[in-house]
Amino acid sequence: MNALAGNYTTADGRKIGGVMMEMKNITLKFGGVTAISDISFDIHEGEIRAIIGPNGAGKSSMLNVISGFYHPQEGEVWFRGKKRPPMKPYEVARQGVARTFQNIALFDGMSTLDNIMTGRLTHMKAPMWRQALWWGGAEAEEVVNRRQVEKIIDFLEIQHIRKTPVGRLPYGLKKRVELARALAAEPKLLLLDEPMAGMNVEEKEDMSRFILDVNDEFGTTIALIEHDMGVVMDLSDRVVVMDYGRKIGDGTPDEVRKNQDVIDAYLGVEH
Amino acid sequence: MLNDIFIAPFADMIAAPDFLLQVLWEGLVSGILYALIALGLVLIFRSSRIFNFAQGIMVVFAALTLVGLYQMGLPAWVSVAATLAVMFALAWSIERVVLRPLVGQPDIILFMATIGITLFLIGFGEIIFGGETKQMITAELGIPTGSITLEPWGGLLILEEKDITIVIVAGLLVAGLLAFLGKTRMGRAIRALGDDHQAAMSVGISLQTIWVLVWFIAGMIALVTGVAWGARAGVSFALEVIAYKALPVLMLGGLESISGAIIGGLMIGMLEKLFEIYWGQPLLGGNTETWFAFVLALIVLLFRPQGLFGEKIIERV
Repeated sequence: MNALAGNYTTADGRKIGGVMMEMKNITLKFGGVTAISDISFDIHEGEIRAIIGPNGAGKSSMLNVISGFYHPQEGEVWFRGKKRPPMKPYEVARQGVARTFQNIALFDGMSTLDNIMTGRLTHMKAPMWRQALWWGGAEAEEVVNRRQVEKIIDFLEIQHIRKTPVGRLPYGLKKRVELARALAAEPKLLLLDEPMAGMNVEEKEDMSRFILDVNDEFGTTIALIEHDMGVVMDLSDRVVVMDYGRKIGDGTPDEVRKNQDVIDAYLGVEH
Repeated sequence: MLNDIFIAPFADMIAAPDFLLQVLWEGLVSGILYALIALGLVLIFRSSRIFNFAQGIMVVFAALTLVGLYQMGLPAWVSVAATLAVMFALAWSIERVVLRPLVGQPDIILFMATIGITLFLIGFGEIIFGGETKQMITAELGIPTGSITLEPWGGLLILEEKDITIVIVAGLLVAGLLAFLGKTRMGRAIRALGDDHQAAMSVGISLQTIWVLVWFIAGMIALVTGVAWGARAGVSFALEVIAYKALPVLMLGGLESISGAIIGGLMIGMLEKLFEIYWGQPLLGGNTETWFAFVLALIVLLFRPQGLFGEKIIERV
């Protein structure tokens, strides 16, 4: 199997499409510190792609490059066959890239339902004056989008907290609401920044199940960052391994697991 | 003495209920103006965590522009439209010149910047429109100027028609705004932006667009406030000081809550008038309206630091 050739079939028989996003020779520096140095990899349609690495490896920086929060000094980002010019995060979001954050970024004062509704913003098009007057398409639009959001609420099993202000929710549920908000955008590419960080075993299992279900049910392409190796190996189709801002491995979980550089990075090398 | 404080005022109220109603009505009308200013502040605070010191001067500036344009020979309603356009240009420039370069700076820096905007608008307004007091173009805008006389319980109650108009217009404005914020995509985006900039951007909200929108809405509110206050007291830079009355309103209502701003404004307007008439004038020689609101707010803060209606965010550690 050669992933770079385009379509391939995974071990569990899912068909993976062509290249959706390609990072070419990305280099990102903060002052004198090089967070990412000359990394290239791609993400295929329908794939679950993981980026792993020890703390400080540059994983989150990479995700921020993809979602437009950081702009690399060198390299190109290609999305759906086109080279992407430097974009603001909201422009990237409007292209169909949704994300979650490592430290949960929700709208604490708003209810779960309203939080998830914000995920639909990119799908709501009624002009502002109509919304202001609550007239014409605006109401119908609100209803349609609300229906979609209810579907996601069902899917992620968070009906019971629909009206609760998210600031009051426990950590695990917040993470789930954040995922719901990202899903509400019906993204072409879903970016998850450490979706299991700080979770207990049971919550991790739930989250893994949701990630697999999302990919399976909606066909959403997912790129995720995680430093819990075990979880990643079970979830993902292909894995990029980073260490100190460099790419040290790329391939299926099995390939990566046997990679000597990866083993060294995680277990340490005797000098 | 105790009699003067605890018994006589209430006896007066009961003895002349028509006069009490008159006092409450006057209080209500000024309360509405406080509430409108507080509302402008709350909107901007919610969407950008900026305490907009310039809201008061925006009221003056909007009213001056309106009167100034009319004096240049534009018809009254065209002047209103043109003033709205000026307020939009102002919102756009503030976002472009002041806010955008300061994104991510500490809140205090942004607060200082709004003081800068205030001073700029004072100077700019004086250069263009001059510093003298102007007459609001009340009649030209079609605001009735007569008064209605009622006789409840055989007494006398005089309601000025322009005050009634203010109450109705302000009510409509607030209702519209609440619906806009609560039920629409843009409204949700405004609320979201106030909670978390990063997350807002990640769902496709443009900071710049929303800020221009919010400052424009604040400008619209400023225009309504300016027309209303100008109709009662004339348009001058002295109007700016009513903005400081919005501070105790916000202390009462909380910086985040729209309904808090409204209820806080009405409460302060009515309570300060009541206090002035029944306690201030007989016991303290009058002129209590300048400080009463602040003392009331301080007392409330002693017991509820987040204000009467402020959102209490529970932080989990």
